[in-house]
Amino acid sequence: MANMQMTKTPMPEQDAKERGRNFREVALGYTEEQARNEAARCLNCKTRPCTKGCPVGVHIPEFIERINQGDMEGAYRIISGDNALPAICGRVCPQENQCEKQCVRGIKGEPVGIGRLERYVADWAMAKGMKPQAPEKENGIKVAIIGSGPAGLSCAGALRSRGYSVSIFEALHTAGGVLMYGIPEFRLPKALVQREIDSLREIGVDIETNVVVGKSITLDELMQDEGYSAVFIGSGAGLPRFQGIEGESLCGVYSANEFLTRINLMKAYDFPNHMTPIKVGKRVAVIGGGNVAMDASRCALRVGAEKVYIVYRRGEQEMPARAEEVHHAKEEGIDFRLLTNPTRILGDEKGNVCGMECIEMELSEPDASGRRRPVPKAGSEFILDVETVVVAIGNTPNPLITSTTPGLAAQKWGGIVVEEDTLKTSRDFVYAGGDAVTGAATVILAMGAGKQAADSIDKALSNK
Amino acid sequence: MYRIVEKDALNEQVSRMVVDAPYVARHAQPGQFIILRVDEEGERIPLTIAGYDREKGTITIIYQKVGATTRLLDTLNVGECLHDFVGPLGKASEFDGMHRVAVVGGGLGVAIAYPQAKALHDMGAEVDLIVGFRNESLIILRDEFDDACTNLFIMTDDGSNGHKGFVTQALDEQLKAGVKYDAVIAIGPLMMMKAVCDMTRPYGIKTIVSMNPIMIDGTGMCGGCRITVDGETKFACVDGPDFDGHKVDFDSALMRGRMFAAEEKEATEKHICRLTGGVR
Repeated sequence: MANMQMTKTPMPEQDAKERGRNFREVALGYTEEQARNEAARCLNCKTRPCTKGCPVGVHIPEFIERINQGDMEGAYRIISGDNALPAICGRVCPQENQCEKQCVRGIKGEPVGIGRLERYVADWAMAKGMKPQAPEKENGIKVAIIGSGPAGLSCAGALRSRGYSVSIFEALHTAGGVLMYGIPEFRLPKALVQREIDSLREIGVDIETNVVVGKSITLDELMQDEGYSAVFIGSGAGLPRFQGIEGESLCGVYSANEFLTRINLMKAYDFPNHMTPIKVGKRVAVIGGGNVAMDASRCALRVGAEKVYIVYRRGEQEMPARAEEVHHAKEEGIDFRLLTNPTRILGDEKGNVCGMECIEMELSEPDASGRRRPVPKAGSEFILDVETVVVAIGNTPNPLITSTTPGLAAQKWGGIVVEEDTLKTSRDFVYAGGDAVTGAATVILAMGAGKQAADSIDKALSNK
Repeated sequence: MYRIVEKDALNEQVSRMVVDAPYVARHAQPGQFIILRVDEEGERIPLTIAGYDREKGTITIIYQKVGATTRLLDTLNVGECLHDFVGPLGKASEFDGMHRVAVVGGGLGVAIAYPQAKALHDMGAEVDLIVGFRNESLIILRDEFDDACTNLFIMTDDGSNGHKGFVTQALDEQLKAGVKYDAVIAIGPLMMMKAVCDMTRPYGIKTIVSMNPIMIDGTGMCGGCRITVDGETKFACVDGPDFDGHKVDFDSALMRGRMFAAEEKEATEKHICRLTGGVR
């Protein structure tokens, strides 16, 4: 008989006031007792709507059933069969729009806490030293993967388990892409990402860091000179967008990429032990309403800001950030200035930011994205007193690969063109997925694309 | 890991290193740069490629011991390894249509000016190479310079080599003497590049500068290296590092260059302690 408790079993969290000043993980995870209590809320329905909501198709009721039985190893084997990075997905997936959105229990009450259960199982397996299974036999076919973010890692894991010789090429000095440079430690501990990557290495995935494909080596050289039979491009969306308003080159204005990279990848919060600095004023404005904006605002608080604003031109309903991130940010005291748009950034005589002029907005009819379009209210300008501005209004794909690969078709805005069913690009045996194709989206969608491309690559190379 | 195969001090402040980096050596071109990290806690710093050997798979870098990272770098010796070394980054310099050129280098820029002058000289261009140092004892790369140009002008701030003045003075004399340059290439501190641009502007001579702002990844991701060129925002790492100097907003670049001055000082203090036990 299922546990008919109407709400999710709460997950312990660090106190909001205390955690706002440290980089330790916010959500602390379930105990076995809590996990089994939550698992018992699953009705194990025959139609399994949750699995259809998962971009990588994790067999959700099956793994939850195992938790119910106390068989954590069995649960881990089921999850890891479909998902190369379960400890990561359990933490950063927008479950409320995916698996949990489809959950029957959510019709009346809260859905089953699928993400929390996935995280529990993955953490349990990691603590026990369990790893994904190495391939039974090698097929000797070389596949190159460009980028070691979620798309690349997931593609690598899926191909390696089928016996391919997989090499990942990463431009930065550390593998992991956005999981390492973007998402902060308190939401996704880096040691955990490192262990997921290490376990891929242990099953034979080769990762070469400090290689910028398009500069250090071209895609054609990989295929013609280095003997790779196929290539997957998972290079993400790394080019920061700016609004193009006055004052963006003042000292104290960062792209979210720079701000987060300094803090997360380069560990500027540990300056000067780690040698990369970060400079943050007492008052910080973060422009944008997505997960990246939430991450940047909460990082600003943790590196010493006293007052942090989120400045977003639409309303809360239209914010693209995960509900949980918005909730956590509010708990930590981030001040949301919604329906507000920056018009210029003001600087002092030394070129440092000393304020940001904003204008109030109101919503009119829905635009192409289906969200109501914000329009400025005439004469409502005001000045926000800040010394640091972080621009988190999105990223576009980096043109380094498309511009150095003849015949690789891209959209005007930079996204690589692929066939929807196979993720094949305009070049034979070259596939692409994740943010490099879609523009900035989520970790799990990128992982889904990596997995889908692995299937297509396997099919194409088997028929060769 | 990236092994140091040669290292020598060019003067008391400037050293040269040859590093094993086959990927970089395979595609390196004059004008491009690398990013390195000395150790696991290190920051990423960009350095211009001062030379490359495709067969040996090595890259030459020249650095001045000014900040925490370059001092730390200088503690490594032949046989030891750099933690990270990535490139070649940025666009290669374009020399099309340059038959009569002045290459002007100041500060550490003289080291960067050398490969540019060499490439132009090897192409058959007539190159006036103008380099400046504080005094005679700091003059470096003299033989290399001789091999890379038609006319060599070495200036010293104190006149100790017999040619007193800044590099701009030597350039000014050539321009006033009526030398018709197809282009002037200026590499060095921002103030020097700005002064060269101000000097060539009335003559309408195309002037290329090499920008070296603060950056992290060097692939277009962080946007920290943004500069204003002709009113537009450009990323020095992927759109440059070479730009039309007459269109660069040097004042804004100078301000951005000072963004982390206090932190740089703090890191240097801290790491001097770590490196030498406090001895300077």
